[in-house]
Amino acid sequence: MSGFEIVFSGRPIPVTPGQTIGAALHAAGIRSWRTTRVNGRPRGLFCGIGVCFDCLLTVNGESGVRACLRVAAPGDEVTPS
Amino acid sequence: MRYDLAVIGAGPAGMAAAGAAARGGLRVALIDGAPRLGGQFHRQPPPGAGPPSQDFLRLRDRLTRADLHLGRRVWAVEPGFSVHHDGGTLTAERLLIATGAHDRVLPFPGWDLPGVLTAGGAQALLKGNLVVAGRRIVVAGTGPFLLPVATGLAAAGARVAGVFEASHRLGALARHPARAVQGAGYGLRLARHRVPYHRGQAVVAAHGDDALTGVTVADIDRDWRVLGTREIACDTLAVGYGFTPQLDLAVQLGCATTRDPDGTPVVAVDAGQRTSVPGVYAAGETTGVGGAELAELEGLAAACAVLGTPLPERLARRRDRAREFARLLHEVFPVRDGWRTWLRDDTLVCRCEEVPYRDIEDARDLGATDARSIKLLARPGMGWCQGRMCGYAVARLAGEDPPPPRRPIAQPITLQDLAAHPRRSPDVP
Repeated sequence: MSGFEIVFSGRPIPVTPGQTIGAALHAAGIRSWRTTRVNGRPRGLFCGIGVCFDCLLTVNGESGVRACLRVAAPGDEVTPS
Repeated sequence: MRYDLAVIGAGPAGMAAAGAAARGGLRVALIDGAPRLGGQFHRQPPPGAGPPSQDFLRLRDRLTRADLHLGRRVWAVEPGFSVHHDGGTLTAERLLIATGAHDRVLPFPGWDLPGVLTAGGAQALLKGNLVVAGRRIVVAGTGPFLLPVATGLAAAGARVAGVFEASHRLGALARHPARAVQGAGYGLRLARHRVPYHRGQAVVAAHGDDALTGVTVADIDRDWRVLGTREIACDTLAVGYGFTPQLDLAVQLGCATTRDPDGTPVVAVDAGQRTSVPGVYAAGETTGVGGAELAELEGLAAACAVLGTPLPERLARRRDRAREFARLLHEVFPVRDGWRTWLRDDTLVCRCEEVPYRDIEDARDLGATDARSIKLLARPGMGWCQGRMCGYAVARLAGEDPPPPRRPIAQPITLQDLAAHPRRSPDVP
């Protein structure tokens, strides 16, 4: 099956159909996409199965999306939460 | 439509139960938050990206008569039974809770750095997304799950710098010849990929500025206190210390809980997987962490109980053997409290609310001697994950076993979702 792209903060990210947004970002070498409220520390995937909420980001304007759970769709616009 | 049985969780327990109950003539709903069947153990590759495993196909092919509700996250269940998910509500006469478990994690300096993943997270990336978590990976923690994670990563092309198993006492596993052979198989695969396997060692710190660049590995004593350390360069750490069952829905319904041999809260069930609440059954990791084979057998036992037919003797014996082995694993892979000496004042204990160890100590100095008081004073467990990550650590820092989780809402929902529901479920008089 042929792949497609999503856009993370203006950068095209290749996706294999069925991959989550978090997996696609991680595979593209992007390890963090959020900074914490108190210490401003970077966060990306941690639990990877929807439990820890470290990987939150915004997808097509919807905030608070767990990147590790949301399956990427062609043309998704992804920005840090 | 009102179902005879709603099964929550489409892992090995839920799939086996739903298949057997539907083939027995019941109207069955199988619900899972993920878009694909399988749960964590039978997590499948993206459609078209590879053949499903034989064990998965065997379970899936028995599901033809069950209604699948996939990509539906259940956030609450009410007596009667109403199952509220993010796409609406379904109702059923009986309920099977098969919600599985997630990695149990321990805090250590640097564990919040990007590049530190749970072992289950690294496995989910590989199995479900065909993404190798890193180039040079350290696998650490305790328990048999570290072996498939390490061998899977190595086979997929990662350089696995080592497996660091905290337990010293693996010898007892030799009492189970079949399992010893399985373990030897992993040993061979590790050797083929030149992955060193160390016991009695742990990752006690992670290093890097904005991403992981290396870890400190320690020789630890039998209480997990550090004896000596060395540094290992890596871009990824996959770490897990066993599993925490997801009991939120069972606790919402008032099901009695008991404890695994290691103190972990689990749902109490009888031989037919019946909980203390009439009509509510539980199977798989929610009734005690024991792996996929045991989960599947418990799912079948639950289906038999719902159908009113006896579980075939052969399967009952297999289930008992799998349970006995699960108990042995708890003995061989305990978590020892010496990990508390790995913490520094500024080590985050709660990742969500960014609560450092220092604040937990301050709360204790102020008189908060139990985990709940510590939470109220210092806020660990009050963030997004609601203590799923730090709950075990905070409880042990307070000298307690972790309590059964009390989460009236098991998944995040919008206020709009909540407002869409009538104040009382129509099934409650």
